[in-house]
Amino acid sequence: MKTEEIVFDVKKLNLWYGENHALKDIEFKIMKNEITAIIGPSGCGKSTFVKTLNRMTDNVSIARTEGEVLYHGRNIFDEKLRVEELRTKVGMVFQKPNPFPKSIFENVVYGPRIHGIKDKKVLMEIAERSLKHAALWDEVKDRLNDNAYGLSGGQQQRLCIARCLAVEPEVILMDEPTSALDPIATNKIEDLIEDLKKEYTIVIVTHSMQQAARISDKTAFFLMGDLIEVDRTDVIFTNPRDQKTEDYITGRFG
Amino acid sequence: MRKEYLKTIKGMENQMLEMALKSEESIEKAMKSLISRDLELAKKVVDDDIIINNMEIQIEMDVIRLLTLENPVARDFRRVSSVFKIITDLERIGDLAVNIAKLSIEIGEEDFIKPLVDLPRMYEMVREMLSNSLKAFVENDMNLAIKVAEKDDIVDDLHLQINEELLQMISKNSEIINQAMKLMFISRYLERIADHVTNICERIIYIETNEVSKHEF
Repeated sequence: MKTEEIVFDVKKLNLWYGENHALKDIEFKIMKNEITAIIGPSGCGKSTFVKTLNRMTDNVSIARTEGEVLYHGRNIFDEKLRVEELRTKVGMVFQKPNPFPKSIFENVVYGPRIHGIKDKKVLMEIAERSLKHAALWDEVKDRLNDNAYGLSGGQQQRLCIARCLAVEPEVILMDEPTSALDPIATNKIEDLIEDLKKEYTIVIVTHSMQQAARISDKTAFFLMGDLIEVDRTDVIFTNPRDQKTEDYITGRFG
Repeated sequence: MRKEYLKTIKGMENQMLEMALKSEESIEKAMKSLISRDLELAKKVVDDDIIINNMEIQIEMDVIRLLTLENPVARDFRRVSSVFKIITDLERIGDLAVNIAKLSIEIGEEDFIKPLVDLPRMYEMVREMLSNSLKAFVENDMNLAIKVAEKDDIVDDLHLQINEELLQMISKNSEIINQAMKLMFISRYLERIADHVTNICERIIYIETNEVSKHEF
């Protein structure tokens, strides 16, 4: 029985976009080496919640937060905390693959380079390790200097995951990472997520309830800024406690 | 709202209830044929069993299709999976009714070795259990399901009592052994039907509680 370690401890988190109260008194613990899926209808606050975890919401000028998000006990809103440091530890993968218009190699080593690593041999090692972790190495090892735009959508998404892994994060946030991909590419990403769980903590926003059921350990249901229910995924999909969760997952909504 | 999906689940449940009524009708006819010596009626039970069997196949296909295509979860899944299990019990109930009907045919025009009192009583109880279990399913009434299942003990006792009585009669007069054995089997089949009804009740409890367990009924 492994001891459960809390990575994120969210306490009474509130977020407003101007007048719009987007997150309401969220209480949430995210555990190490677990996959947490966030589900809920559009506009329920699930993406906002995930973006708050590495302070991507800082980029929205009208966003204002209250409450605490403790990352290993430290409040991420603390003024002394450097946001770059947080984002190194808490990486993010987006809905649409967003590689840079550079070579495959340069995409992966972009982060390490910014952190001052110049040694070509070290960068090569990082690239190989990250691409292998992202299950892309075998497909691209012979064309690392090709432009990343030449890759398929699924490959581009795995490249973005490799880029995220290159700076050795602890947590990977994923905002609908497969919604722009076909089923085969989706399967590859899902397999990859399961593999990554051994070493990383993953939070994934998904519109696919079946995806949440397939890959996650915990599932959280958001509705209109409220966290309605979070529980073991098998409990959520067999016997949720809240009628609103039941109505949502069985398609009785709206 | 997944309108078609919800309609499909409802339709599937209605089909199951129709199958249940058919099974109930089979027991009723089988017992009536025995009590009133109506061999034609017994024959009809045997012949009509194929209708129940076909219903089971049809519902099974529908359930498989729904599970594959619609991925029901939570309460929907519990209901659909319960239909999948319950139709097996209903099909077995139909078979047991056929067994009773066949014995009724075998007894034929013979006089009864004793007036039938306990078997009709047992049948009334089993029939009521079955129809109440269906009522509990339709009305999501777990308490009724528990009450029905608890009656299984009374049926078991009646079965033992009937066996006891017939064995005593046999020990006094071995000539009646043939018919006595048949009546003992009929009692046994009724008792088995009550067991299947108990299974149905357990599914209703599962739908309400999400717990699968063999209860102490």
